[in-house]
Amino acid sequence: MTATASVRSSDLRSFLRGLPGVDKVGIEARAAALGTRSVKTSAKAQAIDLAIRMVDLTTLEGADTPGKVRALCAKGRRPDPADPGCPPVAAICVYPAMVPVASAALAGSGVRLASVATAFPSGQAPLDVKLADTRSAVEAGADEIDMVISRGAFLAGDYDRVFDEIVAVKEACGSAHLKVILETGELATYDNVRRASWLAMLAGADFIKTSTGKVAVNATLPITLVMLEAVRDFRDRHGRQVGVKPAGGIKNTKDAVKYLVMINETVGDDWLSPDWFRFGASSLLNDLLMQRTKLTTGHYAGPDYFTLD
Amino acid sequence: MFSYAPAPESRSVVDIASSYGLFIDGSFDPAKDGGTFKTVNPASEEVLAEVAAAGSEDVDRAVAAARRAFESWSALPGSERAKYLFRIARIIQERSRELAVLESLDNGKPIKESRDVDLPLVAAHFFYYAGWADKLGYAGFGPDPRPLGVAGQVIPWNFPLLMLAWKIAPALATGNTVVLKPAETTPLSALFFADVCRQADLPPGVVNIVTGAGDTGAYLVQHPDVNKVAFTGSTEVGREIARAVAGTGKRLTLELGGKAANIVFDDAPIDQAVEGIVNGIFFNQGHVCCAGSRLLVQESIAEELLTSLKRRMSTLRVGDPLDKNTDIGAINSAAQLARITELSEIGGAEGAERWSPECQLPDRGFWFAPTIFTGVTQAHRIAREEIFGPVLSVLTFRTPAEAVEKANNTPYGLSAGVWSEKGSRILAIADKLRAGVVWANTFNKFDPASPFGGYKESGYGREGGRHGLEAYLA
Repeated sequence: MTATASVRSSDLRSFLRGLPGVDKVGIEARAAALGTRSVKTSAKAQAIDLAIRMVDLTTLEGADTPGKVRALCAKGRRPDPADPGCPPVAAICVYPAMVPVASAALAGSGVRLASVATAFPSGQAPLDVKLADTRSAVEAGADEIDMVISRGAFLAGDYDRVFDEIVAVKEACGSAHLKVILETGELATYDNVRRASWLAMLAGADFIKTSTGKVAVNATLPITLVMLEAVRDFRDRHGRQVGVKPAGGIKNTKDAVKYLVMINETVGDDWLSPDWFRFGASSLLNDLLMQRTKLTTGHYAGPDYFTLD
Repeated sequence: MFSYAPAPESRSVVDIASSYGLFIDGSFDPAKDGGTFKTVNPASEEVLAEVAAAGSEDVDRAVAAARRAFESWSALPGSERAKYLFRIARIIQERSRELAVLESLDNGKPIKESRDVDLPLVAAHFFYYAGWADKLGYAGFGPDPRPLGVAGQVIPWNFPLLMLAWKIAPALATGNTVVLKPAETTPLSALFFADVCRQADLPPGVVNIVTGAGDTGAYLVQHPDVNKVAFTGSTEVGREIARAVAGTGKRLTLELGGKAANIVFDDAPIDQAVEGIVNGIFFNQGHVCCAGSRLLVQESIAEELLTSLKRRMSTLRVGDPLDKNTDIGAINSAAQLARITELSEIGGAEGAERWSPECQLPDRGFWFAPTIFTGVTQAHRIAREEIFGPVLSVLTFRTPAEAVEKANNTPYGLSAGVWSEKGSRILAIADKLRAGVVWANTFNKFDPASPFGGYKESGYGREGGRHGLEAYLA
């Protein structure tokens, strides 16, 4: 059953406005309370390995080169060369131009390849350009497309345009998974985050993702909590499960564990897997590796004991 | 898939003596007649300590000490009294880890709450009233308000240290001296506080702690040389005290039971309302006089809300109070557990539908799973009587007027909650609710600057805030 068909675009506005509101004080208090859960010893070891398997190891710089991307792919396949028991990351995330390089470097590894298409990070390009961007990334071997929505259109109240763009990009993705980046920092309110989440899911998103990592406010616990509640409610209503990906600013193990606790207590086991939850991060991985080594050896190793990329 | 390993707080941070005396005139003495009683850890039924049971002679001695100390204490400039209160507040902050562990051991409440809610509020109350001590002439009670004398204070077992702070901080700030009787199931943090008073060099006799059961409290409130009685506890005992004090000229404040309505309108922020309901009734095992024990939900969203509530309740962690991940600890005593059990059985017998999430309760100790009753009406006993445990009665309403009518249809009136995204509705409803505190889009929020107290059978007088000074000033 496709959710897309059940909502005519003329109904979209009233539907989104009819969603229950989000109380700012309440959601932030709840996120803070979940952040104080104590995760130690065996639970921590389990959490670290799960978090590593959920990382979308990312490089999105203007200065990216084939060499840099190949190095990143090698790191993603074997994050800790000293410990073959360390799981690989979920995916490598690169710009579309780097997809052919990454695709070759990841061949046969099981690590997926994600690409930010659709005029990342601003989204300010004509639709045909975005679609071409998407198609070329998929043809070059991307398994997952991270698209940005037109925040301008959303904030202007032109929900139909945002919806139609997502539908079109989803079609251009073919069999590739579509992650829709809401850029929550620019949506400003939790009500908008909830509406944008529903909009993206109704339009066919496989994942909803907080941000590009290129604006001032990226992933936060309360924003991710709103999105988790949205995917949970969406599945209750439409029977289709959608993944969640916070991105940007998640730098250490402690933060990552807070996200896992939040999944555990909000949506439960069903989302505790790389198929349904990802961390969009570049610097998180090494902290996870350091903490992992600490747990196995009993002492901290310095940053020089872990590969740069 | 992802479970938390046990994360217990160390109980070795606090030293518990095997026996405790009464704290009278700055020193610890056994009871005159040698009487003692035991206080147990409700999570394990292990005896924590033996505590002196004060008889009438002991209470006489404590009141006499307080009377002597009153002469000099009340004569101190407010700024001097403030110094002591600030010192007490800082010592409490410094020793908060010990106190939190002690409170959880003696009371059964989760360390998460004693550490993150009780202790910060206890310190905040002393800081807040320390700030008032030299400004009493500007509090609106005339240019030179005078203290009353000796205050006899009797506090309950649900927030042993916080209730002590609510009582002692304003009394001392205004120049009164006190004799305080903690509840017999939770005397330890009050005795620890006695030690804090000594550490702060508080003059002997300003604060006296007499431990004991109901008869000790009864003797204290009836003592002819007590000028002011402050009581927090059950409505039943409150009535006896009011009777005993009537005609004596003693000043009296009572903070008694409650059966608060938590009203959720169809335009409420659902997920946050669910959090508020959980916090309203399962905070401190529901041992909260202002607990939101009656959920009034608009019929049009009742099903959706209850689904969310049940899902959320399934994530509550019941167990070892010293584990940092525990949400719901032990019931304070066997007697209280029996009462909760009895009233819950009556709820079932009356035809309400009972539901609890699956949870493994420990073998030893006093435990009760979080429980909700749906299909409850105003005619059910569980909708009228205070259960004082983790038991929620769910009722529905159709219109705002009906919500107000049902919310007010109770002998109590301590608190209420309103959930709606519509500001005008919140203001209109709050205005019509006969309750001392009305929370909007939140629940169980306390602050020393905010007055707290009841309507109807929930008592009279206010504690906290500028209003809280009034009860201790002539």
